[in-house]
Amino acid sequence: MGLKSNLHNLKEKYKGTKMAPAFNALHTFLYLPNETTHGGTHIKVADDLKRTMNIVIMALVPCLIFGMFNAGYQHYMALGEIDAANGFLGASFWTWDNLVIGLWKVLPLVVVSYGVGLAVEFLFAVIKGHEVEEGYLVTGMLVPLIVPVDIPLWMLAVSVVFGVVIGKEVFGGTGMNILNPALTIRAFLFFAYPTWMSGDKVWVHGAVERDQMIAAGENLDAISGETILGSYAQNNSVVYDYWDMFWGIIPGSVGETSKFLIIIGAAFLIFTKIGSWRIIFSTLIGALVMGLIFNGVVDAGWIGESSKFYGLMSVPFWQHLIIGSILFGAVYMATDPVTAAQTNKGKWIYGFLIGFISILIRVFNPAYPEGVFLAILLMNVFAPTIDHYVVQGNVKKRMKRIKVKTA
Amino acid sequence: MGILSKKDANLILDPLADNNPITIQVLGICSALAITAELEASIVMSISVLFVMGVGNVVISLIRNIIPSKIRIIVQLVVVATLVIIVDLVLKAFAYELSKTLSVFVGLIITNCIIMGRFEAFALGNGVWRSFLDGIGNALGYAAILIIVGFFRELLGSGTLLGIPVLGDPIEKTGLYATGYENNGFMLLSPMALIVVGIIIWVQRSKNKALIED
Repeated sequence: MGLKSNLHNLKEKYKGTKMAPAFNALHTFLYLPNETTHGGTHIKVADDLKRTMNIVIMALVPCLIFGMFNAGYQHYMALGEIDAANGFLGASFWTWDNLVIGLWKVLPLVVVSYGVGLAVEFLFAVIKGHEVEEGYLVTGMLVPLIVPVDIPLWMLAVSVVFGVVIGKEVFGGTGMNILNPALTIRAFLFFAYPTWMSGDKVWVHGAVERDQMIAAGENLDAISGETILGSYAQNNSVVYDYWDMFWGIIPGSVGETSKFLIIIGAAFLIFTKIGSWRIIFSTLIGALVMGLIFNGVVDAGWIGESSKFYGLMSVPFWQHLIIGSILFGAVYMATDPVTAAQTNKGKWIYGFLIGFISILIRVFNPAYPEGVFLAILLMNVFAPTIDHYVVQGNVKKRMKRIKVKTA
Repeated sequence: MGILSKKDANLILDPLADNNPITIQVLGICSALAITAELEASIVMSISVLFVMGVGNVVISLIRNIIPSKIRIIVQLVVVATLVIIVDLVLKAFAYELSKTLSVFVGLIITNCIIMGRFEAFALGNGVWRSFLDGIGNALGYAAILIIVGFFRELLGSGTLLGIPVLGDPIEKTGLYATGYENNGFMLLSPMALIVVGIIIWVQRSKNKALIED
């Protein structure tokens, strides 16, 4: 007996009982159902929810794999055991040793994220008596990519429960949520356990451990894995060049460092028409405009070098796109079709404001070294309002046209 | 309840559950968010509101027939303000540290919607005894929610209850902290109080479907 028939039998056995949705989901996740429809003509749509989600996951896989190598690379670099990679194809980057560390640290994050998240989804499906929705597939992949590599697994589990329940299920499940669940999870982590989500110790595997060993009296060098934004916010000099930032060979959350791979993912999403190019581009434009404004302020001499904002304000505007996670947010988070604005004009406004506010938070609030997730959550809340006014504006315009004609 | 008729008993029991001022009438949310980070503050706030509501309802009920209806809000405000000042001064005299934690929120009991709401809706139209019971009942309903929220926020946010460490020492890493557990800083921020209140509302309404309005 194969797995498929086993699952099918299970499904038949539990048909009509409370547990039915759980077994249905298991079966349809892995196989096509045995049942076929009878009578009449049916239209088959290829791009259902599952297909859409799978395409996003495909776009994320390169970031995940790169994140694994980068986790190991940053670890060994910080220990001083390997040479700098100097570029995307650097010999010391794509090594087994790096990958082993990456697998060891990142795979558990993926497993916990999916395990806990899907458990909550299954539980709610069983309680509420509806089919399991695939909404968690993408969230589950995004979550490990936007957390620091050393985050304790139980914290991740608690946050996932919170994010899925409060961010999604209370609003009625997949498709009904106001906030992006992955970002809700990150926001919860950030505010609940700030020591694990910011600072210069959490971005490189082993840095916290090393700190504790030094505190215990061992004679070791401390590891510092400050992110580029952290350096700028403290007016320190940045040790990475632009190409490092572009290729992503820098400390940061697991999957958001490589701008190169994110751009490839973005191209894939735009090509398959899954991600909205309007949102992606308007977010980047918003960020650039805010960056230009800050550059203008610095150029006009309104702010001195002694100001604590000088470091980030004087960053050349285009560089805001390759530091921090604005690109990752724009491509994978802001474009979430459920929480984004739905109208085309609304998408431009929504995206622009995300970029604009992200850079605003980035510069003015050093306590939140990366404001992208807050900006996106904020605009998630406003997306329905934006849509409302866009639609109303259109209605008004057309009413006017009628009046002019009839007058 | 021997001393109370069934109707009178309901005045106290209803606000505790099916007509709770916070979770059903959704009044008095601001103070529930602001002062529930510690259980002790929640309890003191609850007692203060209990006093103000009980006495206030009685006073308003006593003078209800001589208050000109055009200026009744002002009269109500004067009554609450007087009582709140008494509470504030008592706290400052006997529990100074606590009064600093509660800071302006004791003063803001004046603006607590529950109190004005009960004056308007009940004390102005009912006798002294029933008004007293109504005030006590609503204050207890308010207290119940405050204490539940305060309990979870202090336990999960600081690992203490009434200031006593119950989960071990977070710095020395004893007790639960030895396993890697950490306090949840989000619990100490006001948004989490809103979410905890939301969860209480959720639990309450899924237990009693009659409470769900469209």
